[in-house]
Amino acid sequence: MNLACNIAGIPFRNPIVMASGTFGFGQEYARLYDINQLGGIVSKGLTLNPRRGNTGTRIWETAGGMMNSVGLENPGIDAFLAEEMKFWETIEPVRIANLGGSSIEDYVLGAVKITKDTGERHNTHLRGVDMIELNISCPNVKEGGMAFGIKTEVAREVIREVRQATSLPLAVKLSPNAENIVDMAVMCEEEGADAVSLVNTFSGMTIDIHQRRSVFSNLYAGLSGPAIKPIALRMVHQVARQVTIPVMGMGGITSASDIIEFIMAGAEVVQVGTYNFMNLRAGENLLLGLHNFMEQENIQSLDEIRGIIG
Amino acid sequence: MHTILSNERIYDNICLMTVVGDFQAARMGQFYMLRTSRDAPLLSRPISIHNLEQDRMQFLYRIAGEGTRLMAELRGGDSIKLAGPLGNGFPQVKGRIALIGGGIGIAPLLYAARQLDKPDVYLGFQKQPYLTEAFTPYANQLTVQIGGSILEEVNFSHYDYAIVCGPLGMLKEAARMAEGLETKVYVSLEKRMACGVGACYVCSVMNKNGNRKVCTDGPVFLAKEVEWHELSL
Repeated sequence: MNLACNIAGIPFRNPIVMASGTFGFGQEYARLYDINQLGGIVSKGLTLNPRRGNTGTRIWETAGGMMNSVGLENPGIDAFLAEEMKFWETIEPVRIANLGGSSIEDYVLGAVKITKDTGERHNTHLRGVDMIELNISCPNVKEGGMAFGIKTEVAREVIREVRQATSLPLAVKLSPNAENIVDMAVMCEEEGADAVSLVNTFSGMTIDIHQRRSVFSNLYAGLSGPAIKPIALRMVHQVARQVTIPVMGMGGITSASDIIEFIMAGAEVVQVGTYNFMNLRAGENLLLGLHNFMEQENIQSLDEIRGIIG
Repeated sequence: MHTILSNERIYDNICLMTVVGDFQAARMGQFYMLRTSRDAPLLSRPISIHNLEQDRMQFLYRIAGEGTRLMAELRGGDSIKLAGPLGNGFPQVKGRIALIGGGIGIAPLLYAARQLDKPDVYLGFQKQPYLTEAFTPYANQLTVQIGGSILEEVNFSHYDYAIVCGPLGMLKEAARMAEGLETKVYVSLEKRMACGVGACYVCSVMNKNGNRKVCTDGPVFLAKEVEWHELSL
């Protein structure tokens, strides 16, 4: 049985990639199971400077889902490269750095730092970042993030600049809140992105009716979990039909059959997010389920089923 | 999966669950992430160690929402999913120690009272006390108060250490009362969590030295290091 996938020449041992913001830098879960079984890991969203994140309530459960308003709390790119890379040097899955920002300049400087660091590591035969996932879709940071992810022509400028700033494979993480997510994906391909990942969380709202105010200090927050899966799947299907670059599909995956659905819709690999909170051994569990499904259905390679939904 | 031996509602919306398993790694003040076999609600619930005797773990919890309500429906013989032990736990300090609990905040203090050397124990309740007699064998002195603030009973300057668990307002007040004293005050903080293992940054609190995660850097913090004005559940 062959679960191997490939994005921009980077081999993934299987299609299971842990989504940004739900897996830290992997170390926490490495204490619970063998994360080297995973296809890839996407880092917590990184910004040029450290961020303390949003104040107030950061998480709220909703029917079939959850909303988060973490607000890109992270140690900053320098600290990531100095500290977290020590662990990343030792792991097998594809290492993807998620890069957020609030200005084009920040995105470019961040990409340059990561690229330079990786070059230096490669020169000394160490492992570095394998891929950058550009986050133009964080709904929880006022001044930026998603602002770039709504209008295609605004996003184009960011992607063009970052593309020129890095020789690393570049994926762009798209927002389901985009005016037109298919146009957005097509633009990413035009600008030289190596992949698109979708979808980030849906901008949503919950009101505390006793306090008569939003639950979140930022007013809106990002919805994830099983509740969004059918919409995410539809968007992945629409995008996969219109681009030739690989799609990393995500949104509410909690089972091996969910993974199969995203692959049938055209995803090259999938990302698993919220499920990591429901099951701390999510990766192990999903991989086992995937093996079982393929054995039962007598599928030798994911290529047999990828994108079969026309 | 762990087997529940018993799960009783002991007072109003307060429940005591006894689970059997291998809990050798567990220390006082740590917690477990608990969930039923259902997928909803999505997230597990962080619940502190109330008591531990060999392979019997006890969780004392308040029904506060859907997750704990479903937990309370479980009966002896049913299964529950546990992840842990998690968090830093209480420090194994020596000296004159006060353990101070408010309401369901008494939960992690019983096991602490057993691990520490005869602390003075102060327990405060809004209406009716529960499980206070369990502390008697391990307390140098046990003070129980109904209504008002249990903190009024505590002379902080009398202690080398105070360990406090209770509502946010009580923790803040304890921190304020111990200002300028030699007494080291430790508080056990509560925050909504998603992963419980330090990966999601949902339970961050502002600390004098930067952000800290309640799940892995805490839940126990030195009161004087917490940025109290920034804190909310």
